[in-house]
Amino acid sequence: MSGQARVVTLRINDREVSAREDENILQVAKDNGIFIPTLCCLEGLSTWGACRLCMVEVSGNNKLMAACATKVAQDMDVKTDSPRILAHRRMILELLFSERNHVCSVCVANGKCELQHLAQVCGVDHIRMPYRYPELPLDLSNDLFRLDPNRCILCTRCVRVCDEIEGAHTWDVMGRGIDCQVITDLKSPWGTSETCTSCGKCVHVCPTGALSQRGTAIAEVHRHREFLPYLTQMRGERD
Amino acid sequence: MSTEELISLKNKADLRRRPSRVCICTAASCQSIGADRVHKAIEAEIAKTGREPQVEVRAVGCMGLCSAGPLVRVESESSSVLYRNVTVEDAETVAASVGKAKVERLVCRTDVPFFARQHKVVLANCGVVHPERIEDYVAVGGYSALYRAITEMSPSEVLAEVTASGLRGRGGAGYPTGLKWQTVAKSQDATKYVVCNADEGDPGAFMDRSVLESDPHRVLEGMALAAFAVGAKVGYVYVRAEYPLAISRLRTAIRQAKAANLLGQNVAGSRFEFTVDIRLGAGAFVCGEETALLASIEGLRGQPRPRPPYPAEKGLFGRATLINNVETFANIAPIIEKGGAAFAAIGTERSKGTKVFALAGQIKNTGLIEVPMGINLREVVDDMGGGTPTGGKVKAVQTGGPSGGCIPYEHLDMPVDYDSLQKVGSIMGSGGMIVMDESSNMVEVARYFMEFSMSESCGKCVPCRVGTYQMHEILRRILAGQAAPSDLALLEELTRTVGEASLCGLGQSAPNPIKSTLRYYRAEYEAVLRGSRPSMPMTEEGVG
Amino acid sequence: MSPQTLYPEPPTEDKRWKIVNTTMRRNGNDSHALIETLHSVQETFGYLDEDGLRYVAKSLRTPLSKVYGVATFYHFFTLKPQGEHSCVVCTGTACHIKGAETILKALKDKYGISPGETTEDNKLSVLSARCIGSCGLSPAVVLDGNVMGNLSVSTLLARMDKEIG
Repeated sequence: MSGQARVVTLRINDREVSAREDENILQVAKDNGIFIPTLCCLEGLSTWGACRLCMVEVSGNNKLMAACATKVAQDMDVKTDSPRILAHRRMILELLFSERNHVCSVCVANGKCELQHLAQVCGVDHIRMPYRYPELPLDLSNDLFRLDPNRCILCTRCVRVCDEIEGAHTWDVMGRGIDCQVITDLKSPWGTSETCTSCGKCVHVCPTGALSQRGTAIAEVHRHREFLPYLTQMRGERD
Repeated sequence: MSTEELISLKNKADLRRRPSRVCICTAASCQSIGADRVHKAIEAEIAKTGREPQVEVRAVGCMGLCSAGPLVRVESESSSVLYRNVTVEDAETVAASVGKAKVERLVCRTDVPFFARQHKVVLANCGVVHPERIEDYVAVGGYSALYRAITEMSPSEVLAEVTASGLRGRGGAGYPTGLKWQTVAKSQDATKYVVCNADEGDPGAFMDRSVLESDPHRVLEGMALAAFAVGAKVGYVYVRAEYPLAISRLRTAIRQAKAANLLGQNVAGSRFEFTVDIRLGAGAFVCGEETALLASIEGLRGQPRPRPPYPAEKGLFGRATLINNVETFANIAPIIEKGGAAFAAIGTERSKGTKVFALAGQIKNTGLIEVPMGINLREVVDDMGGGTPTGGKVKAVQTGGPSGGCIPYEHLDMPVDYDSLQKVGSIMGSGGMIVMDESSNMVEVARYFMEFSMSESCGKCVPCRVGTYQMHEILRRILAGQAAPSDLALLEELTRTVGEASLCGLGQSAPNPIKSTLRYYRAEYEAVLRGSRPSMPMTEEGVG
Repeated sequence: MSPQTLYPEPPTEDKRWKIVNTTMRRNGNDSHALIETLHSVQETFGYLDEDGLRYVAKSLRTPLSKVYGVATFYHFFTLKPQGEHSCVVCTGTACHIKGAETILKALKDKYGISPGETTEDNKLSVLSARCIGSCGLSPAVVLDGNVMGNLSVSTLLARMDKEIG
């Protein structure tokens, strides 16, 4: 980061904090121990700004802003926990749970899942709308890994890590709207992919039980993410 | 091109080159009901009687009253008459009538409100010039604004006129155009772009299509003036693939403008350069959103990006980009020609100028109208539109497409301007104005628009992707008699989350039809919840 | 941007791939030209098949999954061959108000297919479009590229009987 960025002071939840003006609200909040939930964000990957869980109120603006995509400014006044923000967070989580099959009790990521964790933290213990249960077929063609699209929340961390860090761009999203799915190559089985290097980065960055190692049973998925900041550092600056 | 060459072009190609003219509308609507055949038939009749030197048979663009198509206008020394629903069988009669008595049974009165209450700025040349003849456009003064700008004005003077005009983006958001241009002009970027948003995706809107098919040069001139003002050298027109005629007319116009040295390097002999290329859409309504449109031009999935940064700072390929709607660009040449103050004299305090509307649905006179901002909405529907075809009551008017709302007939006594429409729960939108009669059930209308938003959602952000699906599900179950009052409460909460947390305008405005119909027609929702079933509109006979 | 001296071979001997190559070269074989290129392939061959997508990906040096993601995002593109005849029913607001659903139902009753489907004998594909911009003539349909407006169910079915049988 350029050492020439100005330092600014701002308020988050009535607390005075200081930051560099090229940092975003999410980073500054984290640095100061203020919790803002996220799902699509992962340090080391580009900003996606789509889960909409990190929305905050910035005074002077009647629109909510995504903390991961908004830079701080001098005298900014940020609120992260107003009643409407909390209501939106719960609704977004409920929408996610309703979208696909997120039954924790039989999931490889049980206890290690970011979606499950956020539900607990934000007080979501039931959802008010019917489950869709799309019954999407699993991809078990790869020797090492498995894809269960029914657990996918379309955060696109796998797409971004494969494109930006590994460079293979094996994953992308097909379709539109509620019919979106992550796919490999031309929707070919993962195991026959011409581009996948089997590096496993996608499995490590996945927040839920969508991507996991073969041979793992309930609650047995393991994640190691230290490589991300390490590789980011090794390769120089990344926005 | 030198001044003399341009002026000589204007005099030589004077539109009154022959004593009489027969003008036939060849925009898509009229073409689909045989205008091409009518054109050829009339041409044949004139040729048969050896009257070509006296009578020009000219293809023109949209004349506005689509429900009366094919439309033909016959002009002589002192008279001009408009004929409606002209068929191939009428060709002989119409051809014979040139310079003589008019054919009474075909006459379409133009002294009626539909025509008389219009104030044409954007549509001034539509139905007058041949869309594929640059000479026609020059003859009515086209490209003189561009010429004057690059030879006599500075970019900041052009900016000043656009700002003084008070023009607001006509794509729907209504953002002050001058302000947007100034932001791009201020950028230090060495490479800047001008992009024209011709991805008119609002169902029920066909203003941009008509302008592109009827007067494409007007749009190109506006883009060139913008490029001059903000410092761009490259422009793109992003057109939806569903508009093949607009695309081909635009291609021809670009080619002609280049050949006449009005586009390309050294425009009109100056140091100003500006090239325009076309980029095709491929069936995604969301690509009407600025950042999604740019992603599409970059060859990506049409998914919006978080803003800020706005395209004016960081847009196409990361460069400062000016994006405006077709209608916005079409207003620029008149503004430069007559001055911003003259434009600002039309309309209201905060909504200057005119607006083109596409009047459709259960209304007698369907077609395109251009009215001054501030005109009374009831006047538009009752007087200009002529009321419903059956004579039955108008129930509501829908504006703004899937991002807008329904205005009940009782509230139609209001000015048509950005603020008033917002206050009443709708938006100006791009100009689609759908009239509904008693056969429309408002819950079904809300469901219809939610289905549209759901299937056009790009899928990137959670509130829109899943929220539109769930809102549609609730509406579907309400209509099927499978919902409970708590579902209505959930629906309202969803409208708040989707409206406030979505990433882009599509999701943010998707709940508007629900909010608007709940505001005025709550009783209908409750009735359907209690078990009454609405019927679907039937077509046993078409309108014809 | 290094010049590519070796271009990949088209998937088949079909001379029409020249048209697609022209589109790509006119845009400098740039990855940004993906959508224009897919348009060219579909216009030339009627639909986008796997070999075609692979060829485009290689020629534009774009990842396979990216090409697939773009091809499936835009509803104008189809990955399945279309029927001999196509009937696009406009489901825009004006057409909806005037009975587009009735037309779709009539087509389903007569030919047994919904939008996005093709008849068993490959004679007809029915599609729906969000708005074709002919709102002044609602309800409207595009039959084999020709717009038919002010439709009634009987007029449409009679015309389709004539064209398709």
